[in-house]
Order: sequence, then structure tokens, then C-alpha cells
Amino acid sequence: MKFSLALAQINTHLGDVDANLEKHLALAREAAQSGAQLVIFPELSLTGYVLQDLAATVAHRPRPDDALFRPLLEASRDLDMVVGFVEEDRRYRYYIAAAYLSAGQVVHVHRKVYLPTYGIFDEKRYFAAGDTFHAFETRFGRAGILICEDFWHVSSPYALWMDGADLFLLTSASPGRGVTDQILGSAQWVQDVNRAYSGLFTSFFVHANRVGFEDGLNFFGGSTVFDPDGRMIARAPFNEEALTVCELDLAQLRRTRIRLPLLRDERPDILLRQLEKI
Amino acid sequence: MKIDLSINPVLVRGLLTRFIRTEITRTGFSRGVLGLSGGIDSALVAYLAAEALGPQNLLCVRMPYKTSSQDSLEHAMLVIQDLGVPYLDIPITEMADGLISRFPEMSNVRKGNIMARCRMIVLYDQSEAFQGLVIGTGNKTEILLGYSTLYGDSAHALNPIGDLYKAQVRQLAREVGVPQPILDKAPSADLWAGQTDEQELGFTYEEADQLLYLLVDQRYTPEECVEAGFRREFVETVVRRMRRNHFKRVMPPVAKITTRTVGYDFLYLRDWGT
Repeated sequence: MKFSLALAQINTHLGDVDANLEKHLALAREAAQSGAQLVIFPELSLTGYVLQDLAATVAHRPRPDDALFRPLLEASRDLDMVVGFVEEDRRYRYYIAAAYLSAGQVVHVHRKVYLPTYGIFDEKRYFAAGDTFHAFETRFGRAGILICEDFWHVSSPYALWMDGADLFLLTSASPGRGVTDQILGSAQWVQDVNRAYSGLFTSFFVHANRVGFEDGLNFFGGSTVFDPDGRMIARAPFNEEALTVCELDLAQLRRTRIRLPLLRDERPDILLRQLEKI
Repeated sequence: MKIDLSINPVLVRGLLTRFIRTEITRTGFSRGVLGLSGGIDSALVAYLAAEALGPQNLLCVRMPYKTSSQDSLEHAMLVIQDLGVPYLDIPITEMADGLISRFPEMSNVRKGNIMARCRMIVLYDQSEAFQGLVIGTGNKTEILLGYSTLYGDSAHALNPIGDLYKAQVRQLAREVGVPQPILDKAPSADLWAGQTDEQELGFTYEEADQLLYLLVDQRYTPEECVEAGFRREFVETVVRRMRRNHFKRVMPPVAKITTRTVGYDFLYLRDWGT
């Protein structure tokens, strides 16, 4: 089976949810018109990234009666969507979250587990952490979502892999650093990690990053899609907003895994025993 | 020990011009104002800002004091002519001497601070008149050493080159086409005749860049820097300067007496809402 996927590499308005929503709806329409069946937006795509004290005021609950999610769910009747937002739970905890929306339904919400709080990052000050990695069914097979720092911990994609994910949907708002090489140091790292994961997990790795500035931080874009052979099959430009559409041939999973049966031979039981003993 | 401060100038040029354009236009402005000293830092910022905003949207201001060197003025003019930007000449001698003349024994440091703050007043006045934001020109070496005048040259709306060491400023200046005489001359705040930064600081920028890179970027301890080959006295001088001048790098502290206080638990980026 083949399907068409769009990377919505956008800039955002910091704390202006209405303006960001409008952009999401416009791009979802454009993606659907281009034949895309799934569109991926970056981390915190509906709010902006360095929210600080804005975190609680831009939060929403992913439900049909929510003013932000109602139009998004309506749009998801035309194509599936992954959107980034701040989720407020019933007890007023706030999470960096990404929702998978399809056919008017909230299929899955992932709450970012690893909240970087060092260097330029201060996420734990403002947000509660998620505590699970769950794969979920989509019309394109079983998928999993990871948000930025989540995928710097190799156990996160591994957990999703063991939970049956073949399609990894990664989102980030990654600030650029390192200017000695051809591309930004942080861009090179993210690209290398995605390439390595796609080959090691023999799966599709889709990464949507954002662009633009927030004060002095620059978000570099360069969103990518890697296939189960570790081949880059799409890359959005650096630093510019772009809607990048590409085709994923899910039959590649079969071809790769016959050649390289890493999934078949994987021994999570050994890992489990080891971890219990340590 | 080999310390490599080389940057990819093409990559940095793109990043910094996008920064200037984005961070000026998102606040509703489209123009910039820049004090052009004739030195390499402000020349580099002029090239970046002219590229980012269009030359017609960058007002360059020359603000000589009576002791400023003629070379400085001429070098600033090379930049203005090469870029085709609008410019103003606003000498600060009368402004500054209004205060300086009251204190015949005034030190060079006090005079230098007054000149820097007069220039700030001129630039912020032009900011309103030209409807442009003041663009800063302090590099990372100066900022870390605290080699600036608080509310003088340290006052601006945004700073594109504050994360570049002096050596990296030079690399980028070559990339954007800063005229050769500016690249070649010794760095000087030009506060009095014959002054050079390195003479006043007591060490060279090259030494300072390398040490700061280890201390700040690479998180070496001062002791590790000595082991890496830097003179102990030099390391101690630089570490002391960094700490003593930290007040120039932060907003003044507000005394906290309520549950929510600006600077501590009222936290928003400048770009809030844009």
C-alpha cells in the first residue's frame, strides 16, 4: 500500500492560538488538495515553543467540544493530522502533547515524556511529563508519536517498536546551534538520529520540525522522511516554511524485513530480564 | 593546544540576516538604526542589516567626538558608500562637553562612558525619527569581558553578533565584504587618541577568544585552562572580569515582595504574541 504524507514545516505565532489554528486549517486544506492523506505539524505547532508563563493560557483539551479541536477535527475528515498543542488535564496539569486526528476523531494523544530542562531548555518548570509510549492503529498501519527530546532517548522508539509501531511520527521545535559545518550541528544530529533509527528499527521515520525565531532562538526546519532501509525519501528546506509532500510505500517494510529481519530476531525478553536484575 | 574558532560564514550570514529581518518585522517595524564607528563590528552589522532589511531601510549614524580619529570617519564612509544606505553625521562633542567641561579632572573612563551614552541618546532619538529599531554591535568577547558601557553601546533592541567571538566577527566580515582597511586595522573604541582595545585590556583578542571559548563554550575549569597552556594570571584576570561585569549582562534586580514579580516568576519572551 502506498500513501501520501505531508510535512507541514511551519513558523508559529508565540501564544497566538487563533493565528496558528488558521495556518493549520489552511495548510491542511492545501495538503489535502495535493493528495496528502496525512499531514504532520511540528511540536507545539498550535502555540509556539518558548511559552514560559503562557503555558496554561494556551492550553486546550482534545475533545470535540473544545473550541480549538472542533475545527481541527472537522478538517481531519479530509486527511489525518498530527498537531502539537498544550494539553490541560482535568486536574490542571499541563503537558506538551501531540494528537493524531482522523475522520473527526481523536485517535491518540501522546504526552511528551522527556522534558529537557538544561541549557536553553526549561520545560519541567512549566510542564508535567507524560509517562507512556503507546503505539496506535491508523489507516496506514500501526504508528507511534515521539516529541523532540523523547527521541533522544533510544528507549522511546524501542518501546514503540515493541508495541508494534512501523510508522514513527516525530515532531520537534528544535533550536539551531553549532555553525562550524555545512549545516547546523543540531540539524546534522537530528538527521543522523533519524537515519540511524529508520535503519535499526527497519521502519518509517517521519520528522516534522518548525522554522522561525523566538527571540534569539532559531528553528531550522529541514524536516525529513526516512524509509526502512535508512534512505531519505523527503526533506523539506532548511529555515523556510514548506509543505513537503511525499509518497510512502508501506510494502518497503516487507522487503526490508525479509532482507534484514532485525525485528524478527529482537529479544526483548533478554532486555527485560537484564533490567529486572540490574 | 589547537583551538579552532572557525565558523561556516555562509551559514552564519544566512542565520543572522534572517534573525534581523524576523526580529524587526515581527514587532511591526521594517527599519533599523545603527551607529557606525568605522570599526569592524559595526561595519559587519551594517552589511548584515542592509542585506536583511534592504539598504534604504538602514540608517547609519556617524557620531564623532572631537578626539575621534579621521580614519574612523573615513572608514565608516567606505561602508556607507559601498552599501548605499542613508546616513547622518551627528557629532557628539557639544553634548558630551556640556558635562565633561564641568569636571576638569575627569578620567578617560568617565569621558568614554559619557561619549558612549551620548551616542545611545542620538541613536534612540533617531530610532523614533526614522521609525527603526537600534541594532547592537557588541561581540561575544566584549560581552563576556564586560568591555562596554552600560546603557551606552550596550543599549539596543537586538544584537545579531553577540554570540560571535572577535575572531569569528573577522571571518564573517570577510564573507560579507567589509572593506579591507577596516579588516586590517587594530580594534579601538576610539575614545581617546591612539587608544586600542588590546592595550587597554592588557591582552589580545586572539588570546581572550581562545580562553573564553574553553571557559564558556567548552566548560573548562580555570585550572584546566592553565593546564591547557594559558598563563594563570591571565586566566584569573579574565575570570574576574567576567564575574565582576556580569551586571552588564542582566536586567537590574527587582526586590521581590509579592507572589508574582517581573524577572522572577513573570516570564515571557520579548516575542510574546507575535
